[in-house]
Formats: sequence, C-alpha cells, structure tokens
Amino acid sequence: MNPRAAPWLVNGALLMLAALAVFPLFWMLSVSFMQPGEANSLPPPLLPLHPTLLNYRELFAHAGMGRYFANSLFVSSAITLLSLVCNTLAGYAFAKLRFAGREKLFNVLIGALVIPAQVAMLPLFLLLKYAGLVNTYAAVILPAMASVFGIFLVRQYARGIPDELLEAARVDGAGEGRIFAQIVLPLLKPILVTLAVLTFLAAWNDFMWPLIALTGQRHYTLPVGLASLSREHVQDSGLMMAGAVVTVLPVLVLFLVLQRYYLRGLLLGSVKQ
Amino acid sequence: MNKTSAAWLFLAPALLVLGVFFLLPVLAGLALSLTDYDLYALADFRNLRFVGLANYWMLLHRPLFWAALGHTLYFVAAGVPLSMLVSLAAALLLNSPLAGARALFRTALFAPVVTTLVAVAVIWRYLFNSQYGVVDFVLAHLGLPSIDWLGDPHWAMPMIILFAVWKNFGYNMIILLAGLRAIPPELYEAARIDGASVWRQFRHITLPALGPILLMTGILTVSGYFQLFAEPYVITEGGPLQSTVSVLYLMYQDGFKYWNMGTASAVAFLLFAVMFAVTAAMWRFGETRETVA
Repeated sequence: MNPRAAPWLVNGALLMLAALAVFPLFWMLSVSFMQPGEANSLPPPLLPLHPTLLNYRELFAHAGMGRYFANSLFVSSAITLLSLVCNTLAGYAFAKLRFAGREKLFNVLIGALVIPAQVAMLPLFLLLKYAGLVNTYAAVILPAMASVFGIFLVRQYARGIPDELLEAARVDGAGEGRIFAQIVLPLLKPILVTLAVLTFLAAWNDFMWPLIALTGQRHYTLPVGLASLSREHVQDSGLMMAGAVVTVLPVLVLFLVLQRYYLRGLLLGSVKQ
Repeated sequence: MNKTSAAWLFLAPALLVLGVFFLLPVLAGLALSLTDYDLYALADFRNLRFVGLANYWMLLHRPLFWAALGHTLYFVAAGVPLSMLVSLAAALLLNSPLAGARALFRTALFAPVVTTLVAVAVIWRYLFNSQYGVVDFVLAHLGLPSIDWLGDPHWAMPMIILFAVWKNFGYNMIILLAGLRAIPPELYEAARIDGASVWRQFRHITLPALGPILLMTGILTVSGYFQLFAEPYVITEGGPLQSTVSVLYLMYQDGFKYWNMGTASAVAFLLFAVMFAVTAAMWRFGETRETVA
C-alpha cells in the first residue's frame, strides 16, 4: 500500500462508516421539523424548507406523547433506583461476606443468564394477572427490580475493596449495616453511576415486556406508545419522526454526557471472570 | 448481627425478586407448555387440562413454526457474521495509529447502540419506503433497480438484517477495540522487522490474539439475535406474506393475541432449546480450536 494514501484510506473509511451510523438519526431530526406532506415528496428533501414545530405540537396535544414521556420517565427512574438498591446489596454480599454456599449460589445465578427472559414472560403475565397487576406501572417495575447482570457488575467491583478495611471497622464494633452504608457505599460510587446509567437506558428502551404488561394507553411507555402510533399513522412521516426524536433524544443525551461510565460498564460486564 | 445473617439479609431483596419474577415463572412456563391453557382457561381455571407433550408435537407439525424458525435462523446466520465483520472492521480502523479524531468517531459509531430500538425501527421503515424512501432514491440515482423492501418477501428480511447490523455493530466494536489495545505492540514491531505484510500481521497476530474475545462476542450476539422480535413487530408486522415472522413473534401472537398460552410456552422453550444447542456447539468448537492452537 502506498504509505501516503494510507491515512486517507483509514480516515475516509471511518468517515463513511460514521456517516452511515449517524445519518438515520440526522434524517429523523430533519424530517421531524418538516411541514405535513413535505417528507413524503420525491426527491426527499434533506432539510425542511420551512421548519415547523407542528409535528411536535400535534404529538403532545393529540397523540398523548406527554403522558407516554412521563410514564417512561417514572418507570425507568423507579427501576433504576430500586434495582440499584437490590443489586448493590446482593453484589456486595457475594463479594465480601462469607456464608455457606456462596460460590454455588452465585454460579447458579450466572448459569441462569443462558435462559432468555422471554421464556418467563407468559407465566409472569399470568402471575401478574392473578395478582391484579396487569396494566399497572408495577407490572413493569417489579420484575426489573433485580438483575443478575447488575449483581455481577457490583460483585466484580466490590471484590477490589480490601478486607482489612472492613475487618478494622468490625473490630471497632461497627455493625454490618453501618459498614455497608459508611465504608462500602462511598467506595462503590463509580460502579453505581455506571450501573445506574446502564439500567436507566435499558429500562427506557425496553419494549417487549412493557408491550405485554401494559394493555392500556394510559400506562404506555414511549416505545410502546410510539409503536402503536406508528401502526395508526403509517403515512405521516413527519409526525413519526418527531415521535422518534422525543423517544431517542433523552437517552442519546444521557449517553453523550455519561459516556465514560456507560462504556466502562459495557467492558466490565463483558469480561469473562 | 453476625456476618452470615447479614449476608442473607443483604441477599434477600434481590433473591426474592429473581425468585418470584424469574425462576418461578420459568418453572411455571415449563408446566404451562404441558397444558392446553387458552382463553377458556384464562376465564375459568377449571377448563385447564394437562396434555403432555401435545403442544410440542403439534408445533413440529405446524408449517408456520418451521417457517418462523427458518426466518430466525436466516437472521442469525446472515446477521451475526455481518455484524461481527463490521464490528471488527470498525475496531481495526479506530485502533489504527493513522486514525484521527478517534473519540469523536467512536462516539458516532456507537450512537446507534444506545438509541431506542422502536424509534429507530420507525425511522428505518421510512428510509426504506418504496414510494418516498431515501434508500430507493439513492439506488435509482446509482442506476440500480429500486427494491420494494417492505413489500417483497425476498427483501424484507435482508432489510431487517441491515437494520440489526446498523443498530448493533457498535457494541462489539467497543469490546473488540479493548481487545486490540491489549495486544502488546512489540509483537507488531517484531513482525515488521521480519518484513511481514499488514495482512500477515493481521492473520498471525491480531486474529489469534482476539480469538477468545471473538468467540465470546460471537456467542452473545448469536443468543441476542435469536431473540428477534421488535424489528419485525415495528418495521414489517411479520409480513409481507409472513416472511419476517420470527419465533418470538410467533410466541407473542400465539400467547398474547390468541391467548394460546400453552402453545406459546412450548414455542418459547423450543427456541430456548435451539439457542442452547447452537451456543453450546459454538463453545465446544471454540474450545477445541484453542487447545489445537
């Protein structure tokens, strides 16, 4: 290969890949500001001729998007908060507290990762139905309150906490609860931020289970609401793109701001132990 | 409070949630798949009957189940290698010392991964529309015949595969990139001094070093792709002519549209069995390769 052409080749290829990756998102944004009908003309305009917020107004005024947004925000925040508590407690226990059968139990949990979540969905639906919880926020929040992945992530990180630190506190007479709250939690802060970002994004983007568990529009999260809207308004591209923007933008911004934490979680989670 | 009781107290909330909302339903699902649970049983539990393996037996004689399995296998067999290839290429490019603005490129390439699947699927349906979609417009400009992506049963699945590659390649890219960075640069220096070409360096240093990571990401991607559901649900609604009905789509329809929950449970467990067999075979294959090498 010609040594002078190589940098051009590498950067050109990267630029092309990046353009392909980002183009649909750019296009979504552009079309969302177009007048009704403009998006369905040929050739498709790259930018709106007369930018308008009409689609957004329509979404929030008549399509119930505000409600879906609030539902998504509430459900995702609740899942993040509650699962953080459950996973942190369990992950720390697996890493630092000794009890009979610890390794065995942990291996059972890791083994359960091979079972796809969908296998549990039908009985879970029936369980919630008999409990009168179908079509409530709880139907989406309860099953997501703990995850093997979250426990695994916290455990991996907590194993780095020196035992001497905990033993010293025990010698001083501190109870296990106090040790956890005052010594362990502050040390776990970085992984908790990572886990929070990962959990929030996953909860926000989740589709199949909310689609099953939420049967009425009042409780729809954004993805479920958008999917239902898109079946009604197949031809209304501008409206649909605005709906996609409202759904995607929050997670995209969150990712851009907290990218460092997100990517670290991705790498930690994928490392074979 | 001693350490052991503290441990169980700490574990209790998570184990309770996982037990009640995952373990129990999985076991119940196995039982459910042996019954004729349907709309009548949903109304009155006394209508429930134990039918043994009849659901499984019926599925094996149902053309739509085999079609759904075929579509899913097609998606996995074409989608996974393509995704891995793009991930690897992107990781190699990002890792090249010649690349500029790496952080920016990395963020751009990773962006599709964090987006909401339903939302970007809606975009995709618009891009590939046969009347005013930009993809056909570009194809026409290049002098290529336009394709009815959403209406032609031969092209709907390839379109969904393209979508999945676009949406997912960034994930494995990040993991492979970390793997590439862990390869000691001295290896390449030595190879260069020996006059090894770029291709030979890739073949004899990069690929073997990445082997275990490629295997692991490959297995995870395979099991993820077997769970194809939202893409056909949003983009094609299983059509045209049921050409994008995946196994999970079938499960969803059987279970939550027609309320044949016994049958749907059997579908779910058959999918699990196939997934397990394929990923286990990949493990075995990977391990023998590693012991040989």
